[in-house]
Amino acid sequence: MSAARTPGARQHLPLLYPVGMLTVFFVVPFAIMLAVSFFQRVQGGFYEPVATLANYERFFSLFFANVLGFSLGLSALAAAICVGLGFPFTYFLTRLARRRQVAWLVFLLSVLSLSEVIVGFAWSTLLSRSAGVSNLLVALGLLGEAESWSPGFAALLLGMCYLAFPYTVLLLYPTLARLDRELVEAATTLGASPLRAFVTVVLGVARNAILSGLILAFVFTLGIYLLPQLLGRPEHWTLSVMITDQAVFQSNLPFGAAMAIFLMLVSLALIALTLLLGRGRDRSAA
Amino acid sequence: MSGRRGQALGVRLFMGAIGLVLAAPLVVIAGVSVNASRTLYFPPQGFSLTWYGEILRDAGWSGALANSLSVALLSASLAVSIALPLTWFLWRWRVRWAGLLYTLGVAPFVLPPVISALGFLAFWATLGLYGDYLTVVFSHAIFFVTLPVVTLSIGFQSIDRQLVEAATVAGATPAQVLRSVVLPLLRPYIVCGFAFAFVLSLNEYIVAYMVAGFTVETLPIKIFNALRYGYTPVMAAIAVAFVAVALLVFGAIGRFGDLPRLLGALGADEEKSP
Repeated sequence: MSAARTPGARQHLPLLYPVGMLTVFFVVPFAIMLAVSFFQRVQGGFYEPVATLANYERFFSLFFANVLGFSLGLSALAAAICVGLGFPFTYFLTRLARRRQVAWLVFLLSVLSLSEVIVGFAWSTLLSRSAGVSNLLVALGLLGEAESWSPGFAALLLGMCYLAFPYTVLLLYPTLARLDRELVEAATTLGASPLRAFVTVVLGVARNAILSGLILAFVFTLGIYLLPQLLGRPEHWTLSVMITDQAVFQSNLPFGAAMAIFLMLVSLALIALTLLLGRGRDRSAA
Repeated sequence: MSGRRGQALGVRLFMGAIGLVLAAPLVVIAGVSVNASRTLYFPPQGFSLTWYGEILRDAGWSGALANSLSVALLSASLAVSIALPLTWFLWRWRVRWAGLLYTLGVAPFVLPPVISALGFLAFWATLGLYGDYLTVVFSHAIFFVTLPVVTLSIGFQSIDRQLVEAATVAGATPAQVLRSVVLPLLRPYIVCGFAFAFVLSLNEYIVAYMVAGFTVETLPIKIFNALRYGYTPVMAAIAVAFVAVALLVFGAIGRFGDLPRLLGALGADEEKSP
């Protein structure tokens, strides 16, 4: 009953502080970044407010087009791996007893909270010659002598999946946890093999969650900035690395901002797509 | 029967393999952090806790630790203070632009961090505050406000409205209802939102680096800077400490709170119907 009432002007007062903070420290910074992306860079200084499209034009050069293509491809690959492994994993996770589920969730949250720096450092250690897995393989007689597997493309891909995997699982978790078990049981009773029941029933019901998972993992890995420097070679540097490089080391904030705006448009378009699909799902469920 | 048993074994192997990959880097850094010598070597040669002591002895590392802890405490508090009135309003009143308000609270964390970070950089540079300690606190508070917004929204949804109405009928003023009914029920969700923001702020690199990387050294920034000049076992010790803090905080939430529910395993509607 109380929620149905419409508030008067005075009732809006508690909003003043949170909305004010978010406007000043989030909306305004965004507006500034958008404006700066159209400004001209001043050598040795910051920028001057002259309207120009040069920052965006420069972005469409061959070099940056290659970087963009590599970033998008890498993120798409990482997203596919994360969801491909994360989906069955989350499904089995939700089938576990509650205590073990909680233990897994605590572990996943701890991995999720780890800094990119620490993950990059840990993986570069694990893949190094002196302290890595290759020593183990040598000890087992599977490998002639210890090798270094980092930096390299595979190391970078592995690190990105490591960062995005816990997020993917936690995004899939609610849908799969609420999934009606009886549906699967009904399918098996009707003669479907467990695998077939899983593929037709579970994958069918969770189609939208899978899509959201793919998009989340894609957008998330697109923003990863340190790993390409720690686990990759310079040719593996992604758009996020370029943005920071331009903004901080080349002191070219306008160009960095233009790339960030472009990256944001790609992300927003994908998020909007998820929301649209989610709305479609709600309607079909009602 | 044996087919089903084989399947269960397959599931265990699959989950175990993923657990192994997730844990492997943590095991290796734990190993190298107790190396007796300064070199990066695994399995560890000898056993020594020197590098853990070094965190506190070395002025550079302990300073970074103090920076990280204070930034995380202040920014998590600030984030909760922003999220609380916002989510309370969305729960208490029905307004047409509720979706917009919620999106405003969720957006900072949904976008790729590098974008938010650059926005913060442009903002603080325009104000002339670039590099100030408080810029990190405020930027982290806004960046992580999403976490308490989400946990508090779940918390408000779980409050039985009949309790609130009973209190109102019994003559309690709205302020009394808030203090004696709503806030006590909400406390676990406030703690969770704070904990999430705190742990993630401790580990955050890119925003802190962009707004004040050259003046305020937090632990992740210090580790990255140190990595450029080569390896020191202190960074492994710090990494282990970070994992321990995360396990401790989330373990406590899992032990005393309802983690599956917080992560969305049950909808608010399912919870209420017996």
